[in-house]
Amino acid sequence: MTEITPNGVDTAALDKESRNASRAMLAEFWYYFSQNKGAVVGLAIFLALVIVAICAPLIAPHDPSLQYRDSFLTPPVWQEGGKAAFLLGTDAVGRDILSRLIFGAQYSLFIGVIVVGIALAGGITLGLIAGYVGGMVDTLIMRVMDIILAFPSLLLALVLVAVLGPGLTNAMIAIALVLQPHFVRLTRAAVMAERNRDYVVAARVAGAGHLRLMVKTILPNCLAPLIVQATLSFSSAILDAAALGFLGMGAQPPTPEWGTMLAEAREFILRAWWVVTFPGLAILITVLAINLVGDGLRDALDPKLKRS
Amino acid sequence: MTIQKTLKAALLGASLAVIAATGASAKTLVYCSEGSPEGFDPALYTSGTTFDASSKPVYNRLVEFKRGTTEVLPGLAESWDVSEDGLEYTFHLRKGVKFHTTGFFTPTREFNADDVLFSFERQLKKDNPWHEYTQGAAWEYFDSMSMPSLIKEIVKVDDYTVKFVLNRPEAPMIANLAMDFASIFSAEYAAQLDAAGKKEMLNQEPVGTGPFSFVGYQKDAVIRYQAFADYWGGKQPIDNLIFAITTDAAVRLQKLKAGECNVMPYPAPADIADIKADSNLTMMEQQGLNVGYLAYNTKQAPFDKPEVRKALNHAINKQAILDAVFQGSGQAAKNPIPPTMWSYNDAIEDDAFDLDLAKKMLEEAGVKDLSMKIWAMPVQRPYNPNARRMAEVMQADFAKIGVTVEIVSYEWGEYLNRSKAEDRDGAVLLGWTGDNGDPDNFLGVLLGCDGVGGSNRAQWCNKDFEDLIQKAKVVSDKAERTKLYEEAQVVFKKEAPWATIAHSVVFMPMSSKVSGYVMDPLGGHWFDGVDIAE
Amino acid sequence: MAASSYPGYGMLRFLLSRIGLLIPTFFGVTLVAFSFIRLLPGDPLELLAGERGIDPARKAELMAKMGFDKPQWQQYMDYLVNVLHGDLGTSFASKKPVLTEFLTLFPATAELAFCAIIIAVCLGIPAGIFAAVKRGSVSDQAIMGTALVGYSMPIFWWGLLLIILFSGILQWTPVSGRISLMYFFPQVTGFMLIDSLLSGQKGAFTSALSHLILPSIVLATIPLAVIARQTRSAMLEVLGEDYVRTARAKGLPPRRVIGLHALRNALIPVITTIGLQVGVLLAGAILTETIFSWPGIGKWLVDSISRRDYFVVQGGLLLIAAIIMIVNLIVDLLYGLVNPRIRHT
Repeated sequence: MTEITPNGVDTAALDKESRNASRAMLAEFWYYFSQNKGAVVGLAIFLALVIVAICAPLIAPHDPSLQYRDSFLTPPVWQEGGKAAFLLGTDAVGRDILSRLIFGAQYSLFIGVIVVGIALAGGITLGLIAGYVGGMVDTLIMRVMDIILAFPSLLLALVLVAVLGPGLTNAMIAIALVLQPHFVRLTRAAVMAERNRDYVVAARVAGAGHLRLMVKTILPNCLAPLIVQATLSFSSAILDAAALGFLGMGAQPPTPEWGTMLAEAREFILRAWWVVTFPGLAILITVLAINLVGDGLRDALDPKLKRS
Repeated sequence: MTIQKTLKAALLGASLAVIAATGASAKTLVYCSEGSPEGFDPALYTSGTTFDASSKPVYNRLVEFKRGTTEVLPGLAESWDVSEDGLEYTFHLRKGVKFHTTGFFTPTREFNADDVLFSFERQLKKDNPWHEYTQGAAWEYFDSMSMPSLIKEIVKVDDYTVKFVLNRPEAPMIANLAMDFASIFSAEYAAQLDAAGKKEMLNQEPVGTGPFSFVGYQKDAVIRYQAFADYWGGKQPIDNLIFAITTDAAVRLQKLKAGECNVMPYPAPADIADIKADSNLTMMEQQGLNVGYLAYNTKQAPFDKPEVRKALNHAINKQAILDAVFQGSGQAAKNPIPPTMWSYNDAIEDDAFDLDLAKKMLEEAGVKDLSMKIWAMPVQRPYNPNARRMAEVMQADFAKIGVTVEIVSYEWGEYLNRSKAEDRDGAVLLGWTGDNGDPDNFLGVLLGCDGVGGSNRAQWCNKDFEDLIQKAKVVSDKAERTKLYEEAQVVFKKEAPWATIAHSVVFMPMSSKVSGYVMDPLGGHWFDGVDIAE
Repeated sequence: MAASSYPGYGMLRFLLSRIGLLIPTFFGVTLVAFSFIRLLPGDPLELLAGERGIDPARKAELMAKMGFDKPQWQQYMDYLVNVLHGDLGTSFASKKPVLTEFLTLFPATAELAFCAIIIAVCLGIPAGIFAAVKRGSVSDQAIMGTALVGYSMPIFWWGLLLIILFSGILQWTPVSGRISLMYFFPQVTGFMLIDSLLSGQKGAFTSALSHLILPSIVLATIPLAVIARQTRSAMLEVLGEDYVRTARAKGLPPRRVIGLHALRNALIPVITTIGLQVGVLLAGAILTETIFSWPGIGKWLVDSISRRDYFVVQGGLLLIAAIIMIVNLIVDLLYGLVNPRIRHT
């Protein structure tokens, strides 16, 4: 940790120093992260998924919502009756499953990004306020978070979506809301721990405003746990959105969201295994990759585990 | 005989014995039902699932539908007379009919006129002590069939004669009394519950005169019945009837294949071919008494023009819908009533699927760049296994004639409510399942002028059509009614307030050991007369 | 008393402060449950009537009967008073009190959750310890890899796969339900395993067990993975501590070091983790019960939401939140008991 004397601090120098420090930290971080082979594999899969999602219109062999009326429930290509045009087969209305999975990657990553974005923004803001201001405000915020945490997350999200109306947007809002308390708690705890540290006191004495103190001085020092939590939330968001889709409350058909595809496919589990198997596998692989990255991040960022 | 006695003793006693232990000769039929009954008083509800578990096994009605038809036969009433003016119905009740003896009730008298009065007056009279016997009691079917305004009074002439006095003549009255809400309860059992301060048990532990008596219900899991030895129609071939509640169609099929149940309703369309191929299973099928339709809002431009509606009808590929949505379990609909119903006009020609023609007709009607909403309901219904998928097929075809479709949906209750609005934006997918086999139950309810802003989702009020169906309602001669209804269907086809989509075919898979099952055109599931081989 | 037994007093104060925190949360929960069903779009009466529809006047009358015509604040006050009297309202569908329905169905969920947690603990803790001790080995990597897969599993899909395999192809386990329909006995405890034993009927217990196995495996999947991972990292941490190193250096046999010293300390955070899994289990129960047609509260709630059975949703939310709050309180207290330091924070 950078040691600074409380008096006569040159803030510009401080900034520069912290920039250098952060570059060094990044290098150190990558060193530890790359030690974890699983994490690297996870990252590779994740990047591949991102590329697939971005290039979906280019690589998908078919339009994901185009119905081939002469090919209902075609099995995958390697199975008897499969067609070369449909590598992973087609669903009940003759849509190409592979193309739907590819476009589904867009939705899943989009869900993850948006949900984590909302949860992070809301959580950090509330956490900073609670931790920094303290007193009644703190109590109020934390009690509200306790209330949210008193419900099982999926149940709360389910009821919220029922209130807001089924659909992808509402599902994302609901999931972000139930994931948010974790960020609030983390941020608040970090802020309370940092608030009376020397460097904060120093910045305050130097005349830094409240906002600057909160955002520029304290926040960067509690980023590590937030990043880890954000990764974990990314995967829970995808899982929860899929679960909501499965229960018919998430993305609505014909959206090629994986959970929704599973829900639609359920009636075929005895007859057309491929319509059930592939979307689930896609969810599993994505979530697994993100969790691998999350583990790697935690190992690399958590100084306590670093030693062992 | 000893087995019977043992069984009875066990059921009556506090400790309920295992049915299997009473010996191999006790025949048990297991029915994998699709959902939990809401309660056991059929008059409080409208869902078929509840009727299957209550009115059908446990109760009887004054008149009954002949199994497998919509023809009415004597039930608890042996005969009836209708007065000249059609306002008085006198029922002569069957004698010697016994109510069930169960663990919670032992009857001291046989069925008589008091039971009929009790069963109807609790629904009819607001001051009847049983009108609101349980929290939120509402007599849904009785009300929606307009019984409160139709029935003036019910008179007990003597112990075995009951007279219904009506306010106006009603051709389908007798058929109405065969419906589930008209089930006959035991007034004596009700009095016993009242005395014990447990009125609400009437909805939880039913006592009737039907072929099966109620044994027990484990919520969301199992309902048990046993054959009623003193049933007036004779004891059933099976001894025990069990409803194993299994909401998932795929799981139901698994259980049927594994022998965990013997009969199941509503197979997933996708599994039908597979079931037909299975030599251990038998599949019964029947055309359902229903119709699925797309109702335009005929008060919304440009759908107020019949030519526009007709053009869109030509752009609906019914065959693709039958393949993708019904997967063979449906039949294209050209009329608003199903082909199994009398007065069905088979001479009518359907609007052929012809995109070029549709496009041309739209152009002639001066409609360009049309964009519209199609409402798709969020639930599976007997007449439409997947509205969303159906809407997607339509969306794809409409796009080819330059019509942009946005699919909208609401929560089911909301959907039903909002789709009634006269200023509704868009065409709505909905359907109807017949209650009593009368064409008026379709044409009058769904397309009559009274229904605008209500059950007439097309908001369509056409004078020619209305005159025909109003006339048909008061005429008593069936041949003449048939002619009028046939003519009404011609008007309907010309005006096209709906796109008629399909009539579903109902499938009933069962173990090959099961015999004597008869499918009900009204969609119910009955187990009297059913037997199972060992 | 306070002066003579200070530690007890500290515990009591800790207990009171935790309960003190619960009270506002509880009221918040009632407010949330109350407002949700008022915000819920849709219409239970229309739903009940189906395509046939309901007369608007009749509908207004029925709504008034349920108190929906009163001002919101008064409805809330009435609701609070009723809740404090143990009255959670009546189900639209069954017309039975919500609390009665909950109590009939809760044992099914509790039984399932209990079996799942047993599976998770009995497999998760040994696996975690083993992985920690064999740190870096192939078996460590295999265990942790499997745990991560379990942790990432969409359990609704996992359940479907297990059904296809074990009930469909292999026909080893029954498809759904709690016990074979052949058995019929009174519900004494509501726990099928116990009731089947009490009934004394041959084969009943085995049947109940075979029905329970797949759903509990599905429900156990995520807690099992979490517990295994948590145990491993807690063990690693403890194994690195000075006193364990000392014990090792003193030449104590490894089994004794792990068993006595390390494990006891490592288990403290694991207990917390197990407690926190209750919420996960209840959320998982929603999916598991839906897939296996298990007649428990998860399925009851999902069905009630789609049926717009207002008072069931309202009461169910409240009861589930109450259970989680109580379990968390117990975990807190246990934690305070084993680890006196945190009482004063």
